[in-house]
Amino acid sequence: MVEAVAAFELKNLRDEKIAFSGTSDALVCFIKEDCPTCKEVMPVLMAMYEHFAGGIDIQIIGQTLEGNKALDKAYGPGFSILDDSALKVSFAADVETVPTLFRTDADGAVADTLIGFVRDEWQDLLQRLSAEFAQAEVDLDWQSLPQWRPGCGSLSVDPSNADRLRAEAENSPIRARKIDVGAQDDEFEFMFDQGFSDGLPLVPPTPERVLRMLEGTRRDAQEIIGVMAPNLGEVNIEKIAINAVMAGCKPQYLPVVIAAVEAICTDDFNVHGVMATTMGASPVIVVNGPIRHQIGMNMGMGALGQGNRANATIGRAVRLVIRNVGGAKPGETERSVLGNPMKFTMCFAEWEERNPWQPLHVERGFDASDSVVSVFTMTSGPTLIVDQESRSADALAGTMGQTLEGIYNPKAHFATNCLLVVVPEHVDTLMRDNYSKADLRKRIQETSSRPTRDLVGNDVSGAGLKAATAAGMSEEALNKMMPKFRTEEDIHIVVAGGEAGKFSAAFHGWVTGNIGSIPVSRKIDI
Amino acid sequence: MTMLSILDPTDERVPVSRQITPRPKQIVGNVALLDISKPRGNVLLDHLEETLSQRLPDVNITRYAKPTFSKPAPEALRQQIQANNDFVIEALAD
Repeated sequence: MVEAVAAFELKNLRDEKIAFSGTSDALVCFIKEDCPTCKEVMPVLMAMYEHFAGGIDIQIIGQTLEGNKALDKAYGPGFSILDDSALKVSFAADVETVPTLFRTDADGAVADTLIGFVRDEWQDLLQRLSAEFAQAEVDLDWQSLPQWRPGCGSLSVDPSNADRLRAEAENSPIRARKIDVGAQDDEFEFMFDQGFSDGLPLVPPTPERVLRMLEGTRRDAQEIIGVMAPNLGEVNIEKIAINAVMAGCKPQYLPVVIAAVEAICTDDFNVHGVMATTMGASPVIVVNGPIRHQIGMNMGMGALGQGNRANATIGRAVRLVIRNVGGAKPGETERSVLGNPMKFTMCFAEWEERNPWQPLHVERGFDASDSVVSVFTMTSGPTLIVDQESRSADALAGTMGQTLEGIYNPKAHFATNCLLVVVPEHVDTLMRDNYSKADLRKRIQETSSRPTRDLVGNDVSGAGLKAATAAGMSEEALNKMMPKFRTEEDIHIVVAGGEAGKFSAAFHGWVTGNIGSIPVSRKIDI
Repeated sequence: MTMLSILDPTDERVPVSRQITPRPKQIVGNVALLDISKPRGNVLLDHLEETLSQRLPDVNITRYAKPTFSKPAPEALRQQIQANNDFVIEALAD
């Protein structure tokens, strides 16, 4: 309920501008023509105007211009109804129902608020006015009026207007630059022309849609959550919401997008290098915790593919923030030689319930009940590990080790990390022998190990250790066994996928550690 | 038709640029000469019409005028010019 009716200026039916100071003893009534209660109230308003207009400022405000004209014609009231078809005054006064009558005192504070028509309330108000202004009582046949009528919804709270009005209001959380699209322009083509798109159509980020998106978080729209390379653009919640709208997100996905962007804006993640590298790296986002179910993410059949809105649009929103706020565009500061489809979107959830081990987020230090987003930099994937024959954990993990040795090229040991996605049927095979995640990592390292001398470049493949370097090494050093990964921690393991199919997969990493990109996890602020 | 507003998804350090229709190498077809109703715009357009008619006799020239220079051209006029012409030359200032 408002405490005061703010100053306004509206035109009446004679096209005269009428100013209301907001600081006077006044009666302000909001009506609309298609409301039966408002029509019942018209004779009361007319009598009220006739009696008290000399002593108190009376403003009758209608919510449609055509309706105001119709009321004027039908009733011929002594007052000229003010036009609030823009609904801004109704919105500012927080009018939910018409008729609503405000009595403001000499300080402008609301002393009485009458909503709808309760005969006793209106009669009481008019009697008090008569006493106040020492006038005879208003001559109205109150008994002929209904005892009670509930009134109708104000147009300012109609869903088709409310979001627009909120976006336009002075206390709107929206601060981003507004761009007008010409009436003859196609907004979808316009957004392509402006370079906002990843190549696919975007949902136009109108103020109304962005406001609805911001409903998905309690955080302040102007809170700056980081700086996005390469342009070092400041990222606030509003900019994330705008890009999330364009990507097709629902408001309830927004906290996940925010957490992922927070993770990406860290020095550890190093998005500048991730975007600028000619190698073609891209963020891969894994979601853990209860939010997976709350927003309907896919962690089962086809989890890494298309068809699930949350998976698809969260990943896309993150990419659009990097593109639009960070300025990473292919051919400009995004220099990938080939690019890869993960650059459109790559986001999925872990199937924790089908995971016999600790889920990813718990392994990374969070509580099982936390919702967490983890962001990895990956250059390729998902690359399948096909093994339909192994019946023991050692044999299956051996296949995984041998397949993973192919990352980059077989001689590239100690070069990168990986994100291994183990599918349920492979989980079952590993659990026949009660394999732990540690067992799996150890076996991958064992079966991908080679004597250093096998990693020297030769006529078959010039990749690997330089022959000149090897020539200076001792026999012992050349015989030393080198696993694929520098440490077992470079093998990140999650469970996802459908119940049928012995096809696990791996994402292949980029440069790791301080000189490259370190995976980052962030708790999702729901 | 109402104007749609969208919010800028970028860091806003670059001004919004509007796309310009590619410029053809040759002038053929229909040319609109638009007088925005500023003083002496008609003089310029008269000369232009004369010169164009001499140099490009196959081009059809149509004259249009905005009701006032101080407001955008009415939608109907813009649509009419767009539908019936390949080029438009507008005389801007006095």
